[in-house]
Amino acid sequence: MRVTADRNCCIGAGQCVLTDPVVFDQDADGVVLVRVERPTGEAADRVGEAVGLCPSGALRIEHD
Amino acid sequence: MVTTPETPVPASPTYPIERRCPFEPPADLARLRDTGPVPARLPSGQDAWLVARHADVRAVLGDGRRFSSDRGHPAFPRPFAEAPTQPIRPLSMIGMDGAEHTAARRLVVGEFTVRRAEAMRPRIQQIVDERIDAMLAAGGPVDLVEMLSLPVPSLVICELLGVPYADHDFFQRRSGMLLRRDVGGAARSTAMDELMSYLDGMIAAWEQDPGDDLIGRQIVRRREAGRYERDELVSLAALLLIAGHETTANMISLGILALLEHPDEAVALRADPSRTPLAVEEMLRYFTIVDSVTSRVTTEAVEIGERRIGPGEGVVALGLSANHDPASFEHPDELDLDRGARHHVAFGFGPHQCLGQNLARVELAVVFDTVLRRIPGLRLAGAVDELPYKDDASIYGIYRMPVEWAEPGCE
Ligand code: SF4
Repeated sequence: MRVTADRNCCIGAGQCVLTDPVVFDQDADGVVLVRVERPTGEAADRVGEAVGLCPSGALRIEHD
Repeated sequence: MVTTPETPVPASPTYPIERRCPFEPPADLARLRDTGPVPARLPSGQDAWLVARHADVRAVLGDGRRFSSDRGHPAFPRPFAEAPTQPIRPLSMIGMDGAEHTAARRLVVGEFTVRRAEAMRPRIQQIVDERIDAMLAAGGPVDLVEMLSLPVPSLVICELLGVPYADHDFFQRRSGMLLRRDVGGAARSTAMDELMSYLDGMIAAWEQDPGDDLIGRQIVRRREAGRYERDELVSLAALLLIAGHETTANMISLGILALLEHPDEAVALRADPSRTPLAVEEMLRYFTIVDSVTSRVTTEAVEIGERRIGPGEGVVALGLSANHDPASFEHPDELDLDRGARHHVAFGFGPHQCLGQNLARVELAVVFDTVLRRIPGLRLAGAVDELPYKDDASIYGIYRMPVEWAEPGCE
């Protein structure tokens, strides 16, 4: 699976970073950065949780 | 009101819904979740739809396009009997939609990232320790709200913004008035005006020599972006000042009350502070102090639950109800510090979700851990059902909370 973020609609709430601070990060302006595009194992589960928590709908999971 | 004929609208509930005890959500909420959205008459004389289910609340707040935050719209729900005597200057980004809102939020959200909030932890710890030192030195019984719940977030937001804490009486009184439902329109306007002129004077002075605090950095940043307007910054500062202390202060009081009422949970948390972050999430869910501040107005015809709602109608998203929806939370009315449910809407949802949430999380975690560790013998000096709860305010909490403590070792 691959996780992508739409940086235009991210509102910088940081839910994703709280959920997995390795996969997700925020730049100096608070906008999401995806550090690990293809997380596996438990990180992949946490990414699923982050997608559900993201208030702006900025995160997407694509399954290959 | 537009409704489909086959779904008759149930009898109008009263709104705001009275919430007397923090440990018992109003029974009406369960009924509202069953019926789906119903119209209610607001103290302002307006009609607005009450949305009570967790999924519906998320759908409304998550869709900034069809549910507008335009507080200037005549149908935007106002929970106050009297309108302000003059139009209130919009409190910054909370009244904006779409790209305008995103741009305004982008200018400042970098100040509130998870990392920035974490970086403030040592200073927050220091502030909490100093307040607890003062409380222990004063000796019980003391008012926890005055000694701890209010000063902690107030000191934090003042330092962050660069506003002198010495003036806290002045702005706490005014922000407190703005949040009470029983304050008249004229008094509300005056309180807002005084708060705004105070900040305006301060910011005007800082324009010459912006310091290294949030307001100073905003002056520089907005100038560089070619969009510095003092009014905008004054509104932002007022929003952060009001939102930054009333909310966290009330959560501190209620959270500590919850720990006092659930001694077993308190003991378990004291033994393993790594569980505190999830305990904080559960307290946020359980109490949901910002309940009906999350109002919207429809921009087009929409369907919520089974009900069709026309364009230009007011909608009130009931956060407390959403967070106690059994469809989304098992045994929702039980406080379970190990629940681990983070999909609550205590910070709202969607594009307007609380800007300061990560700062609030750190403040709450530090306070709860430190109180558990340093005052294990803390107890209420009085009865829990006799505390003055904020039934009359837009943000729920406790006005005063007398506490005392057994000396360590004497428990
Ligand atoms: S949770 Fe969503 S809105 Fe918040 S920072 Fe992450 S991507 Fe952005």
